[in-house]
Amino acid sequence: MNTRFKRLLAASLTAATLVGSLAACGTGAGNSKDGANGELTLWTHNAGNPDELGAIQSIVDAYNQSQSKVKIKVQAFPQDSYNDSVVAAASANKLPCIVDIDGPNVPNWAWSKYLAPLNLSVDLSANLPSTLGKWNGQTYSVGYYDVALAMLARASDLKAAGVRIATADNPWTKDEFNGALAALKKLGKWDAPLDLGTAGTGEWLPYAYSPFLQSFGGDLINRSDFQSADGALNGDKAVEWANWFHGLIADGYAAQKSGKDSTADFLNNKSAIVYTGSWAADKARTALGDDLVVMPSVDLGNGPKIGGGSWQWGVTTGCKNPEAAMDYLSFSLKPENIAAVAKATGTIPATDAAAALVPGYEPTGKNRPFLDFSKKSAVLRPETPAYPFIATEFGKAAQDIISGADPKQALDKAVKNIDANIKSNNGYKN
Amino acid sequence: MNSSPAPASLPATDRAVPATSSAQKPRQLKKYHRREQRAGWAMLSPAVILLLLFVFVPAVLAFGLAFTNARLISPNPPVFVGVDNFVRLFADDGFYRALLNVAYFAVVVVPLQAGVALLMALLVNGKVRGVNFFRTIYFLPVVTSMVVVSLLWLFMYRQDGLLNEIITRVTFGAVHGPDWLNNTATAMPAIILMSVWQGAGFHMIIWLSGLQTISADLYEAADIDGVSRWQRFRYITWPGLSATRSLILITITIQALSLFTQVSVMTQGGPLDSTTTIVYQAVRAGFKQQETSYASAISLVFFALVLIVSAVQRYLTREKS
Repeated sequence: MNTRFKRLLAASLTAATLVGSLAACGTGAGNSKDGANGELTLWTHNAGNPDELGAIQSIVDAYNQSQSKVKIKVQAFPQDSYNDSVVAAASANKLPCIVDIDGPNVPNWAWSKYLAPLNLSVDLSANLPSTLGKWNGQTYSVGYYDVALAMLARASDLKAAGVRIATADNPWTKDEFNGALAALKKLGKWDAPLDLGTAGTGEWLPYAYSPFLQSFGGDLINRSDFQSADGALNGDKAVEWANWFHGLIADGYAAQKSGKDSTADFLNNKSAIVYTGSWAADKARTALGDDLVVMPSVDLGNGPKIGGGSWQWGVTTGCKNPEAAMDYLSFSLKPENIAAVAKATGTIPATDAAAALVPGYEPTGKNRPFLDFSKKSAVLRPETPAYPFIATEFGKAAQDIISGADPKQALDKAVKNIDANIKSNNGYKN
Repeated sequence: MNSSPAPASLPATDRAVPATSSAQKPRQLKKYHRREQRAGWAMLSPAVILLLLFVFVPAVLAFGLAFTNARLISPNPPVFVGVDNFVRLFADDGFYRALLNVAYFAVVVVPLQAGVALLMALLVNGKVRGVNFFRTIYFLPVVTSMVVVSLLWLFMYRQDGLLNEIITRVTFGAVHGPDWLNNTATAMPAIILMSVWQGAGFHMIIWLSGLQTISADLYEAADIDGVSRWQRFRYITWPGLSATRSLILITITIQALSLFTQVSVMTQGGPLDSTTTIVYQAVRAGFKQQETSYASAISLVFFALVLIVSAVQRYLTREKS
């Protein structure tokens, strides 16, 4: 009798907890307490990046000294667990006032009502378009910097192979690119002359490889209404991209799985051309000096394309003092602040005014090409709440294509899953 | 459970005791029992509460979520959708591929790992000098994190990695190993080899504990009878390990079915789904793709699967008397 009663008690307790937590799952992120007592919390992903964190901290310190009404408090997280922390905080109604956020996730977080539309006192039209996070016609986030994809090579190698150096105005065409790879391969110095970073996982896959697809004329999704990927991701252009992409590996121009650190491999002369981001440029220049050439991505039909959108800042819906949060963001967007962060992170400053303050980004600077690439060829990853899902499906398809899957089949499968996901979320309309 | 036997256990002698104490004694006993029971519950409670809160509740919660459209991030509350997630799951060829991979992994790993572990246990069971040294060596991979082990083997398995280098040297350049993890034929065997290497030490310890429960008298008697080494193993050691055997069988099976870490670190399910597993798909769906409900459905099916397999094993290895 006794134990049976206890068992019943335990079971009903569990059931009660269950119902309680199920109900809790449904509530939104609208009721945080942050900002209520004159102290606003700011969350950032760069606990593992002391340079960037230091730059953010000094902006916050400067803001705290510039006025006496509110105080901003910085809380840093390691990048790997940052998104999980935000999601957990949102379900517990404990989001801080100010968060940083990876550009392509902005629509997802805006749709989920984590983020409130920005209302800043500065003019955002001077910013690089790829540093603004927009969804449904409103701006939800703004970044201090962007990064750009490029091809790094040694001028001496290109000369030896008789290959022209590509420039922003005159990038390589598809045929030129294949010709260059063949000529470099013929030199016999490298197993695979091109390093595409195929060891990368996660967000790198759509970030790095969807621009090739877009240059062919395909895309991750139909951007007219963001309701279906059919035709964009599995049309003729996309299949053409997949065949070309797999060809690079099949022809031995690129490794099926490259090394963990593409930049190091390039500097150790294991590859002739490395396809990587602007973040690698400083290290490469220190090692190679004037022999380093920074070239734009390949024009595969519709001009060279590169991914746009890096880490940005937004204000959460639950913040008790959104005016102060907006005021801080406006303050932080002063050119000298943007310049300080860009300098610390080796990234492309978001505005021309800031670019003038960062060595290397002045109009004749060594890093200026990155800014030009960004302005000229950056394509934002689709601005839809479905993006995180699309990214995983595209990443899987790209990996399968690299491994030799039938292109049409792999892409059809991705399209099927993406369309089903969008449908099951009622088109991600709110 | 013990309130009734206490008074009943005081039969004839009861009369000799004065009336007052006869009424007092059972009450005292009862009180004592109750106090003991309370103490028992108090000591149990931290473990039970933690277990309920962090194992039982999430598990039941997952079963509930499997029938909704809950998402990791969403402005909308979850809605009950019936068996939609299961319909989708059973129509997904990726799921069957994962089942097949896991079955392949388990069928090879269970006998291999148990066998290697038993062999190691027999080797280190002797009373020779330095046996502790070998026990430690064999156990080292177990105390190393699987993530670290996977990363190290990732480098060893590369086209120009240690393993291929050894193959080339040993065969004087006649054989060049494949790119182990990027080949659909070799990726799973490569993961199996590494998993067995990492896990065998743990099961060696369990075998060892089983070996040490076998009475030395039996071996002495066998020595007097002049049995061969094989007979010793076949008729004394092997039957003496029957309980340990079923424990090892079931633990390795469950461990094998929930294959995840190695795959997540080394291959992410590739190339071409040749190493994808059920748990890997659940984690991908739940966290990367934000589909909490679909991930829950996968977990529920996985739970049922493990339950069935363990039950069958338990039935087959039951003590027949």
